[in-house]
Amino acid sequence: MELVMALAIGILFGSGIWLILRPRSFQVLTGLLLMSYAVNLFIFTMGRLWIDRPPLTLGAHLPDPATVADPLPQALVLTAIVIGFATTALYLVMMIGSRGLTGTDHVDGREPDQ
Amino acid sequence: MPTLLLILVLLPFVGSAVAACMPSNARNREAILASVVTLSGLLVAVLLYLQVGNGEVVHYRATWLSAYGVDFALRMDGLAWVFVMMVLVIGLLVILYARYYMSPKDPVPRFFSFLLAFMGAMLGVVLSGNLIQLVVFWELTSLTSFLLIGYWHHRIDARRGARMAFTVTATGGLCLLSGVLILGHIVGSYDLDAVLAAGDLVRAHPWYLAVLIFIALGALTKSAQFPFHFWLPHAMAAPTPVSAYLHSATMVKAGIFLLMRLWPTLSGSQEWMWIIAGAGICTMLLGSFTAIFQHDMKGLLAYSTISHLGLITLLLGLGTPLAMVAAVFHTFNHAIFKASLFMAAGIIDHECGTRDMRILRGLYRQMPFTGTLAIVASAAMAGVPLLNGFLSKEMFFAETALVGGTEDWSMSIVAVMMGIFSVAYSLRFISVFFGKPTQTLPKMPQEPPRWMRFPIEILVVLCLVVGIAPGPSVDPTLKLAVASVLGERTPAFSLQIWHGFNVPLLKSVIALLGGITFYVLLRKYFALATRDKTPLLSRFNGAQAFETTILRLGVGASWLVKWLSTQRLQPQMLLLMVALVGIPLLLVQPLPKFAKPVIAGSDALFALMWLIGCACAVAAAWQAKYHRLAALMLVGGTGIVTSLTFLWLSAPDLALTQLMVETVTTVLILLGLRWLPPRLTPRELNIQVPHRVWLRRSRDMLVAVVGGIGMAALSYAILTRPAPQGIGDFFLLSALSEGGGSNVVNVLLVDFRGFDTMGEITVLAIVALTVYALLRRFRPAPESMAIPVQRVNDVDPVARQAPAQQANSGYLLVSGVYLRFLLPFMIIVAVYFFLRGHNLPGGGFVAGLIFAVAIIVQYMLAGTVWVESRFGLRTHLWIAYGLVIACLTGLGAFLFGYPFLTSHTARLHLPLLGEIHVPSAFFFDLGVFVTVVGTTMLILVALAHQSVRSHRLPQGVPPATQIASAPETI
Repeated sequence: MELVMALAIGILFGSGIWLILRPRSFQVLTGLLLMSYAVNLFIFTMGRLWIDRPPLTLGAHLPDPATVADPLPQALVLTAIVIGFATTALYLVMMIGSRGLTGTDHVDGREPDQ
Repeated sequence: MPTLLLILVLLPFVGSAVAACMPSNARNREAILASVVTLSGLLVAVLLYLQVGNGEVVHYRATWLSAYGVDFALRMDGLAWVFVMMVLVIGLLVILYARYYMSPKDPVPRFFSFLLAFMGAMLGVVLSGNLIQLVVFWELTSLTSFLLIGYWHHRIDARRGARMAFTVTATGGLCLLSGVLILGHIVGSYDLDAVLAAGDLVRAHPWYLAVLIFIALGALTKSAQFPFHFWLPHAMAAPTPVSAYLHSATMVKAGIFLLMRLWPTLSGSQEWMWIIAGAGICTMLLGSFTAIFQHDMKGLLAYSTISHLGLITLLLGLGTPLAMVAAVFHTFNHAIFKASLFMAAGIIDHECGTRDMRILRGLYRQMPFTGTLAIVASAAMAGVPLLNGFLSKEMFFAETALVGGTEDWSMSIVAVMMGIFSVAYSLRFISVFFGKPTQTLPKMPQEPPRWMRFPIEILVVLCLVVGIAPGPSVDPTLKLAVASVLGERTPAFSLQIWHGFNVPLLKSVIALLGGITFYVLLRKYFALATRDKTPLLSRFNGAQAFETTILRLGVGASWLVKWLSTQRLQPQMLLLMVALVGIPLLLVQPLPKFAKPVIAGSDALFALMWLIGCACAVAAAWQAKYHRLAALMLVGGTGIVTSLTFLWLSAPDLALTQLMVETVTTVLILLGLRWLPPRLTPRELNIQVPHRVWLRRSRDMLVAVVGGIGMAALSYAILTRPAPQGIGDFFLLSALSEGGGSNVVNVLLVDFRGFDTMGEITVLAIVALTVYALLRRFRPAPESMAIPVQRVNDVDPVARQAPAQQANSGYLLVSGVYLRFLLPFMIIVAVYFFLRGHNLPGGGFVAGLIFAVAIIVQYMLAGTVWVESRFGLRTHLWIAYGLVIACLTGLGAFLFGYPFLTSHTARLHLPLLGEIHVPSAFFFDLGVFVTVVGTTMLILVALAHQSVRSHRLPQGVPPATQIASAPETI
């Protein structure tokens, strides 16, 4: 499990870096999305991997904290996901606005000199 | 009594705020407000005299930054009282004068607001009982004087003068701060009483010289002392009331005040004498000599101010107690005669339209009253007997004679020279009243309004009273002020007009006669009346040097920006990414040990799932340039896998949120895709990709691969180590008992970290409004205005139908009926997830997103126009209500005496439902829910509206579509 998770984070992050370095604004947007998955998963795995141990205290007795997933990274990531949505929206609007203003979808607002 | 001090300082600031809000044509009301504020201040000051007059020190103290030993402290002793009176009395007269001086066209509220704020700052400086606080007020005077000097900001000289004054004095302020910090470090306290008592300690300290230099830099820049004097003449671009106020009694006197205030601590050393007295001598001679050759009346007064300030500085630098007495006395006298002279110059400017002494002549005939007043005040400035200037100058001559003893006459010669020059420029000033009147003035001069002259009359009467009867009029006040500085060292002195024939009197006579002779000679042989430049000194232009320095700094800065920075995004991103990848690699030395990869424990299904997820991510990276829709779908695939992973790994809340965000994001980007340009692959375009592009791609690929491997390695290294003891256990154990919920993640969000969530929904709201605002100005590129290719089809009837038509009678009829039927159920699902959120996976965020998706589905089905004619979702209001609910829930805790956002669980017994728990966090979560619905919908709807805004309807749309899109035809 750990190996799969680590590889997945690495591949998502690498794809994200590649896209963020590209010249077209949509590529950067895609890169930001992929990178945010990678980072969210990374923060999430700081609480280690737990299967079938959600941080719920439903029973009559409180569970032993050592046997349940850590709720803190989860709460942090939940916040991050929602804020990520907001930044994506903002970036998208900047992207189409810049395209309308400058006539190009290059991240610098003008086509590179040929 | 102590609170009176606080009132004294705060009153002008309150007045300033009120004045700023008044209408721009309320000249009288503004002036009355400012006068009332100043008069009240004066009343308070007079009341305080009851205590201060007995030699007591009034203190006011409030805790401020106790941890740093800085409290808000006000302190009034004799010296502070004298300065307070000067600030307020001259302030009152200036306000009256300004009422008549300012034109009805000037924005007067701004003027009085700045003036009152400046007055407050100045009172703050003189009343500060704490050095740090003194610096704060000090900088505040720099700032407000900047605003006042630049009041006529449409004039370039005003802007330049203001900037120069501000740069010089604020830089001095920073030096002062450094000096004060060192001083506080030496003494161990910033409290003024402690600092004043620690003079011996400070003077013996190895850092004494540093303290002295820094504090002197602060004081000398503020008081326009050589070599920083150049800003003052340029500050004359200010309206004359401002000059009269700033350069007679206040701004420039702040530096003098500081030197007096710290005199007990810093003076009495060789260094003090060289630095302070040295600067004083240079300034005094330079200022008085240059003043003679000015042709602008205010310019002459500016240089004369510089020279008088130099005189006071020199007296302070001498370091003897009697010199201190003379310094305080001259500060006081200078304020009186200089204010009246500035006002007189302002009247002449106001009435004649010019201040140029090369043109002005014979004004006495048209304005005899003003003329008489100005001549008396000039005489005071020149040091003519029976006027106040004479007395303090006499003391100055006496002190300079004492310093040199019987052998060294250099000091005395310097003093007499200054006397000669000041007589000469005083004569030059009043020369405008004599001679044959000119006919070429811009305006025909006449006497100003009665009350505009009134402040000058008061001041001139003061000159005479002090000059003729110094004993009864100023003696007690002067003794009080001097005693508060010198304490036991206060010398015995008596203010008298006649001390018998002695050296000072001889010097006065020489100065008067010499000055007259000098002036006559200059007029006769040097064409003084028409001269433009100052002889000898005109080549040393401090202002030019300043402007050149500023210019060079600007050029240097742009050079640095050009070489160290770029506006292009890609290099910046590359740097960021390289740093992100490289710096951790450099920091981790040696590399951690990795556990041997174990494949056995992995679930094959999980691995397969991520195989798909990673394939999606890599494919998206590959396709994002030429196939945006495909890339979007692929990214969505990775998102789904991420969401499933959260579910798999015991994070149901995250899985739900990720899934909903994924949905909303996809719809959002789909809405945006339309406005991007078509992009064809090089193969389609038949062009060759150049080599350097491949080179760049390889470089980026390298960074990406190294970054990916690094991230994977880091994750693996962490995942194979046991988790350290975190704070998660606390939340797990106390969620139910203290937060009243069993879903720990939700309790964390709305209770333990409620404040954080509060900030988050605020950010969401701001982003939504920003998106909305940006889109209002959105102008699409012309080529994306046309209908997308997919929708232009002659055969397919759908292409000619509006979305509403398609859903109501077209090919979407079945799904239309079905999805409209589902809407209530989807909303119930949202409500269900919201209600159970505190105990089971769900909560405000997820529920809000589900609710938003339910409505988006309707939009997608039947189009914006149809949906909004059925139910208008006032998204702005949702955002506002959501934030208000969240805030009110937080504030509710105050009612019970708890901090913001403290939660409470109420246990209610309801019929039918039985006992239920209602935590206050529930209402907070409701706020989150409402805000999330509002923001999501606002963003999406604003974007969706871009396609239907009427003026952007693409050319050539069939009329049927336009009719169909109107709601009533459906």
